[in-house]
Amino acid sequence: MALLSKKDTNLIMDPLADNNPITIQVLGICSALAITAELMASVVMAISVVFVLGVGNVVISLMRNIIPSKIRIIVQLIVVATLVIIVDQVLKAFAYELSKTLAVFVGLIITNCIIMGRFEAFALANGPWRSFLDGIGNSLGYGVILVIVGFFRELLGSGTLFGFPVFGDPIMKTGLYATGYENNGFMIIPPAALIVVGIIIWVQRSRNPALLEEN
Amino acid sequence: MAIDTDKNVYTVVFAAVMVVVVGSILAFLASGLRPNIKENERFEKQQNILYAMGVSENGDDSGSVNFVPTDKVEDEFSQYIKEQLVIEGDKISQDDEAFLIDLKKQLANIKKGQDYKLPLFIGEKDDNKYYIIPMYGKGLWDAIWGFIALDETMTVQGVYFDHKGETPGLGANIKMRYFMDDFEGESILRGTQYAGISVAKGNNDPLNKRKDDNAVDALAGATITGNGVSAMIKESVQLYKPYLETIRAK
Repeated sequence: MALLSKKDTNLIMDPLADNNPITIQVLGICSALAITAELMASVVMAISVVFVLGVGNVVISLMRNIIPSKIRIIVQLIVVATLVIIVDQVLKAFAYELSKTLAVFVGLIITNCIIMGRFEAFALANGPWRSFLDGIGNSLGYGVILVIVGFFRELLGSGTLFGFPVFGDPIMKTGLYATGYENNGFMIIPPAALIVVGIIIWVQRSRNPALLEEN
Repeated sequence: MAIDTDKNVYTVVFAAVMVVVVGSILAFLASGLRPNIKENERFEKQQNILYAMGVSENGDDSGSVNFVPTDKVEDEFSQYIKEQLVIEGDKISQDDEAFLIDLKKQLANIKKGQDYKLPLFIGEKDDNKYYIIPMYGKGLWDAIWGFIALDETMTVQGVYFDHKGETPGLGANIKMRYFMDDFEGESILRGTQYAGISVAKGNNDPLNKRKDDNAVDALAGATITGNGVSAMIKESVQLYKPYLETIRAK
C-alpha cells in the first residue's frame, strides 16, 4: 500500500506547480520581494516557512472544532507568533549563529499571508494529517519560487551564488567581467523580484493554458 | 455534546485560556533557555571585540568572517585584552565585566541627561596597543552596532559591524569582510578634527587605495545603512574624544 493516497499526493504536488501559492494564488509576495536578493536567504526562509506552516496547520486543524469563529483570525495569529517565537528562542540557545541569520525573517514569517491563508482556507476544515500535507505542499511551492527568484537575483545582481563568485571578480575585472560584462544593480533591489516573479507567472501560464482566467 | 462556539461567553473564556496557555509556554521556555542565550551573547561580544583588534581565525583570502571559536574565546579574551576601562565623566576605572555594559542604555542615559558609563577596551598584540571603542547606531530597519580598534595615531586597525535586521544582500553586507576590511588604515582624524569615516558613494575608489580621505566605498543598494554606519562611527568617536585626546598626546 502506498504511503500516500493519490488525493494526499495531490495536496503536496498541486501547490508546487498548478496551484502555486505565489504565482497562482498570489500570496506571500511581500516576503518574496524582501529577502530574495541572496540565494542563501531564500533557502533559509523557505525552510523556516515549511516548518511553521507544517506544524501550524496541524495545530489549527486539531483546534478547528473549538475555535470560536468570531476570533479565529486572532487565534491563528497567536498560533503562528507562538511557533515562530519558540523556534527563535530555541535557535538562540542552541544554534546562535543560525538564529542571527534568521532574525530578520521572524517578523516576516508571522506576517506571511500564505500561513494565514492556509489556516483559513484549509486547516480549519480538514483533519490534521491532510492539513500537514497541505502545509508542507504550500510552503514547498512558496520555497521553490523563492529559490528560483533568489537564484536569478543573486546571479545577475551580484554575480555570485551562495556568496561564491561565479563570473569572476567585478572589481579586479577577471573572468566574465574582463569582456565588459557588468552586474545588474537593478536585480538586487526589491522591484526586480516583481519582474522575475512576473516572468515565472508568464512562463507558467503560457505552458498551461488551463491556468488562464477567462475574461 | 456539542459546544456552542458562537456564544460570547465561550469566546471570552476561550481567549482567556489561550492567553494563559500561550503565555505560560513562552514564559517557561524563555526562562529555561535564558542561561544558554546569555552565555551565547557573552561569547559573541568577546568574539566581536577580539575580531576588531585582528584576533580571529580569518585566512589570508578575503573570504568569510571567522571568529575565535566559542570554546577558546574566554581564554583568548583574557590573554589579549589587557584592560577594560569604564569612563564616567572624568573618572576612569577598571572593570573586568565592562564588555557587558549595554551601550544602548548608556546612550539613552546621555539623551536624558543622566550619568552614563562608557566602556573601552585596551588590547595588546605583538607589542602593538589597540584601543577598542564600542559603537551603536541606527541602520535602515533596526539597530546596528560594532567595534572599532584604533592605535595611538588614531588610525583604524580593524572594525567589526553587526546589525539586527538589515536587508539580506544589501544593508546586511556591512558585516562582510570586503566591507569591513576597507576601514583598516583609514584615519578617523581630518587635520585635528575627529571626523570619523564616511561610507561614501561615488568616491571613485572601489579598491580603497586612498587611505587619507576619511572615506570608504559604499555598498550598492544600501545607502541608508551606509549612512547609519558613518553616523555611528562619528558619534562614537566624538563620545570618546576626551579620552582619545589623552592617548594621542602621549
